[in-house]
Amino acid sequence: MNLQAEIPLDYMIVLSTIVFFVGLMGVIIRRNLITMLMGIELMLNAVNINFVAFNHYLFPHRLEGHFFALIVMAIAAAEAAIAIALIINIYRQFATVSVDDVDELKY
Amino acid sequence: MTGPKIIFFILSGAIVVFSILSISSRRILRAAIFLLFVLVAMAGLYYMMNFQFLAAVQLILYAGGIVVLIIFSILLTSQIDSKLDLPKKGHLLSGAITAIGGIMLSAMTILQFTFQPARLAPVDTDMRSIGLQLLDTGVHGYALPFEVISILLLAALVGSIFIAQKNKT
Repeated sequence: MNLQAEIPLDYMIVLSTIVFFVGLMGVIIRRNLITMLMGIELMLNAVNINFVAFNHYLFPHRLEGHFFALIVMAIAAAEAAIAIALIINIYRQFATVSVDDVDELKY
Repeated sequence: MTGPKIIFFILSGAIVVFSILSISSRRILRAAIFLLFVLVAMAGLYYMMNFQFLAAVQLILYAGGIVVLIIFSILLTSQIDSKLDLPKKGHLLSGAITAIGGIMLSAMTILQFTFQPARLAPVDTDMRSIGLQLLDTGVHGYALPFEVISILLLAALVGSIFIAQKNKT
């Protein structure tokens, strides 16, 4: 399927920009660790759309964006696993997952 | 309006709406489900761009793995009935300014630039060529990142087990 005649590349990039900044806003406005993690996942996915769209539209003779997106996904999986282990440990220590209440290291 | 255009607008509308809902919903379990919808719609976008393997990985890894992990941690750490606090005015204001300003700035920059579409013939993206390229050590091979990522995943596995275990000796 040839998308280039149907959908310009700009649409894809603007879409990924919107998703990225929505994820950033989620990280800023929420004080819950799990919701902040969701915002980070949204941002990583927006970046993936960019890689894949550039690969498909501008460099279709290679698969570089494809493999980069694949590696970003693997990193995101590792990051989510570590983050959730940390969140569970924080919940065990402080009985909360709000970043405002976890201030043991604050002087 | 042609077929691919309609599908693209449905998918992108779903992505935008559900991502906004996922950060604004006050029930955390619903936020996770909205995130799941966003990720599934993104797999549809990858399918449209002819990357079937990436769409499958997106469905398996994100929709099947990460969302389940997030829901699992929600069930472990919070009450289902409790609502999240409303964000503070200052946070809401700074978040909205960052998001809207960033979207405006980036969209203006993107729309001013004219991309030159590629004239080269597209490479086939079937499983065979992806697998061969992933284990190739030649010019366009990705054997080194593949091995590095496997070590990283092993380290993440061991590290998360160590962090989450109960009584460390």
